[in-house]
Amino acid sequence: MSSRPSVAKTAVKHVTIAILMFGFGFAMIPLYDVFCEVTGLNGKVQAAVVKTAMEIDRSRSIKVQLVASNNAEMPWRFSPLQNEIALHPGDWKQVGFWVSNVTDQDMVSQSVPSITPARAARYVKKSECFCFEQQTLASGESKVMNLVFTISPDLPEDIRTVTMVYTLFDATDFATSQVVATSD
Amino acid sequence: MMTSATTLHEDHGHHGPAKGLMRWVLTTNHKDIGTLYLWFAFTMLLIGGSMALIIRLELFQPGMQLIEPEFFNQMTTMHGLVMVFGAIMPAFVGMANWLVPMMVGAPDMALPRMNNLSFWILPFAFGMLILTLFSEAGAPNFGWTFYAPLSTTYAPSSVTYFIFGVHLMGISSIMGAINIIATILNLRAPGMTLMKMPLFVWTWLITAYLLIAVMPVLAGVVTMMLMDIHFGTSFFNAAGGGDPVLFQHVFWFFGHPEVYIMILPAFGIVSQIIPTFARKPLFGYSSMVYATASIAFLSFIVWAHHMFTVGLPLATELFFMYATMLIAIPTGVKVFNWVSTMFNGSMTFETPMLFAVAFVILFTIGGFSGLMLAIAPADFQYHDTYFVVAHFHYVLVPGALFAIIAGVYYWIPKWCGRYYNETLGKWHFWLSFVGVNVTFFPMHFVGLAGMPRRIPDYALQFADFNAVASIGAFIFGLSQILFLYIVIDAIRNGKKATDEVWEGTEGLEWTLPSPAPYHSFSEPPEVK
Amino acid sequence: MLSRTGLRLSSAITALLVSQSTYADWELNMPQGVTQVSQSIYDLHMLILWICVWIGVLVFGVMFYSMYKHRKSKGAKASKFHESLTLELLWTAIPTLILILMAIPATTTLVKMYDSSDAQIDIKITGYQWKWEYDYLGEDVRFFSNLATSKDEIYNKQDKGENYLLEVDREMVIPTGVKVRFLITSSDVIHSWWVPEFAVKKDAVPGYVNESWVNVPVGKEGIYRGQCAELCGVDHGFMPVVVRALSQENYQAWLDDQRAAKVAEAAAAMGDFSYDELMTTGAEVYAGRCAGCHGQSGEGMGTIFPALKGSAIAVGDVDAHIDVVLNGVPGTAMQAFAAQLSDVELAAVITYERNAWDNNTGDTVTPINIIDARK
Repeated sequence: MSSRPSVAKTAVKHVTIAILMFGFGFAMIPLYDVFCEVTGLNGKVQAAVVKTAMEIDRSRSIKVQLVASNNAEMPWRFSPLQNEIALHPGDWKQVGFWVSNVTDQDMVSQSVPSITPARAARYVKKSECFCFEQQTLASGESKVMNLVFTISPDLPEDIRTVTMVYTLFDATDFATSQVVATSD
Repeated sequence: MMTSATTLHEDHGHHGPAKGLMRWVLTTNHKDIGTLYLWFAFTMLLIGGSMALIIRLELFQPGMQLIEPEFFNQMTTMHGLVMVFGAIMPAFVGMANWLVPMMVGAPDMALPRMNNLSFWILPFAFGMLILTLFSEAGAPNFGWTFYAPLSTTYAPSSVTYFIFGVHLMGISSIMGAINIIATILNLRAPGMTLMKMPLFVWTWLITAYLLIAVMPVLAGVVTMMLMDIHFGTSFFNAAGGGDPVLFQHVFWFFGHPEVYIMILPAFGIVSQIIPTFARKPLFGYSSMVYATASIAFLSFIVWAHHMFTVGLPLATELFFMYATMLIAIPTGVKVFNWVSTMFNGSMTFETPMLFAVAFVILFTIGGFSGLMLAIAPADFQYHDTYFVVAHFHYVLVPGALFAIIAGVYYWIPKWCGRYYNETLGKWHFWLSFVGVNVTFFPMHFVGLAGMPRRIPDYALQFADFNAVASIGAFIFGLSQILFLYIVIDAIRNGKKATDEVWEGTEGLEWTLPSPAPYHSFSEPPEVK
Repeated sequence: MLSRTGLRLSSAITALLVSQSTYADWELNMPQGVTQVSQSIYDLHMLILWICVWIGVLVFGVMFYSMYKHRKSKGAKASKFHESLTLELLWTAIPTLILILMAIPATTTLVKMYDSSDAQIDIKITGYQWKWEYDYLGEDVRFFSNLATSKDEIYNKQDKGENYLLEVDREMVIPTGVKVRFLITSSDVIHSWWVPEFAVKKDAVPGYVNESWVNVPVGKEGIYRGQCAELCGVDHGFMPVVVRALSQENYQAWLDDQRAAKVAEAAAAMGDFSYDELMTTGAEVYAGRCAGCHGQSGEGMGTIFPALKGSAIAVGDVDAHIDVVLNGVPGTAMQAFAAQLSDVELAAVITYERNAWDNNTGDTVTPINIIDARK
């Protein structure tokens, strides 16, 4: 029964496991991001791609719906210039979303993209998107925000409609630039 | 309550316990700490149970009668937290404290001082959590699953105390688990090989590993919440680049193994009791061990079945559906083994056996509804309804709780040296059995008919079954007062127990005198 | 109470005997629903239920048999067997086979549910604390749907109606015989949009858009009711879903009505409104949309919901008041009502708030003021 030292060893070993598992909890975040990118889970398209000419598949036309949505605490006006466009896979298109800060404060926004069907997300390529960075508007200011994108010709044949939704969040508290802080 | 428990050890050996309150504050004795855990768990059972009765009273009839929706949400949240973390888990840890050293022939737990600390953290954690009820902001009201952003951006200010409380109970559980692992791995008596260990020890060893694997993840997820709320990060806030669905993934990665943490030791207890009263060795000992281990393993790859409606891709849904269905196999093996143990036995039905048999039947019903819930397409109808409430209460009340009660009846003569009153024990069983089924069985029906869970008021077509469930809840709740009486009566006036306690019991704990001396197995026993 | 329950029980049994379809109480099972998908889910549910029941009968049968036969009091002697590899293998293999049999129909049904392609109508559903917004994409029809049950019914001051807690002020309307796709999202916390008869339940998550769809067969026109299924805060139990399925012609007519009403409303907003008219409408709007938080007489509630009676906003600058109501106050519970109420309703409720409960500012806010403020 001279097991005291081995008790200590067992304890240390398992405390280490516990600490590693605490770390694992946090590691699930980058893992999840990788998982989303691979599967296109919930239509989160991650990074911008360089706009390169692709072979355009003129044999079919995809209906692309553009939808704007506001999170509850976001009083800006936000709407797409066109509700719907037709696009041949591989053809780059530019579309705009009109946005207006109707409040009496300067604010920062962040748009969160979501694509349905989720399966389509990984075929949507964006070279330019207002969702890639925060957008700042002074009180009363309006502008058109651009999105340049295409859908890869590899898109499965059974997907005929792709819906791209942008939800506008108030990101003033998460502002990466100092614009708001100084102008207040 | 603690003072009444001191009489547990009136007959102690040469190294007696200290006298008075400080004995309990400073104790490092595994039996004392086990007792403390069990009384703490019972107190929490009564507190959490009172909350359940408030909920059932409000739901007795449609319309808001007794409480406001805000307080109703606080009640459902606190009921869940108190029962899961305050009643079921500490009760199992208390059982482990009492029994694991005696079963493996160890003099005490491997880390006695840490043992004291892991218990004494709990009253503070829960004291703080329960006191938030009396704060101006009110107690946490976002459900025991605390989904972001309801629990972050939209939470009452008491969420910070909740997070702190979860951290404390997490640390307590992790310390308890490490202690149990060290005791089992390092302090077994000579000859007690792993495959000779009683099944209760085996299930607890596996549970302890689940605990150290997932309690830190829970600590991680509440830490992220804390940072989101107070330090401007955005793990779960979409405005800052976070993701509320991520919360659910991390939470259920903890949450599903947590469910098994609450049931595996129950398997262990029932696997001790049934052979005793069937007077026949446990059927398929090694397959029981392997089944427990496979259930534990599977629990890590099924978490998203709690999230079938959250909008997962088809392939993910299918994977989690198949993985979840697989759990039915090892669980089935266990049930078949228990039934085979009974088959051709020579059975008697004392109270522990009654509770154990009820466990097998009612847990299996909970398992069936679990299998139904695993079927993803059907889950779109079941999810977040009373069908789910019925399912997990079947697994946790006549499942985990019945096993704990069975265990208390089974071992209390060894703990206190006195038998409980068998007639009252049978009354307690039948009242609980009827109460539990009258409460939870109708919930299957209202759930299937479309009643969502966590609502303070409901449409008229759900009224009848809700009234029935409320009546059942009061039968069940009040019969636990009888349990309290039976335990105190056994401690005070019970008939002296023999060392063997039950006819033909096997295992090291039964070789000790009744009551078990304050210090047992100071010299390791020889195991053949 | 017991006797009343007893009465209900006996009347329920009678009702079941007399007519099974009309009696809604004591409903035991999942609805079969009205769509193909809901029917397949129901079939799947029944299949698994029966498999479970039969396994249960078998296992518990053996158990009860031995509990009866193998009792010590009946002189049973315990045998000593405690192992059998054959049995263990058997009861691993058979359940595996049964599970595979279950997985096949489950998979096909799930694949069917996930196929939302070729929908003809898209409706964006947004969950709010605690209401739903329906936006018919490309149709220029968009409205909120609130609980219509009165507080008096909930607090037992008035008899509860037939559709207690399952009724709304404006229903979602869809045509039958057409695939309708729902794009489900949330504006604040997580909600879940559920109609049992369609077997459609999908979480509404802020920043995400989930999709689901329904195709109600022709001939199944009618009203379908459901509720929010995910805990979303204090009024989680009070945000029902009501969908009215119409024939395609009636649906078109409904759409035209909606558009016409909008035009008429805009025209009306340009007209004249008397103070009294505004106060009457305002009182109604206030009772329905504001009193829940700000109190029946503007007294407020707790620390979160300020009183309006004598408040700095309600008796102060008119434009500031309009701004708060239109755009909400970020970071507080005050929502933006710009999209939720019409110009007339907004003008009326602000007028009401500025003059009721001794606020007596004497101000009249007209719909034209609101139209200006919206610019």
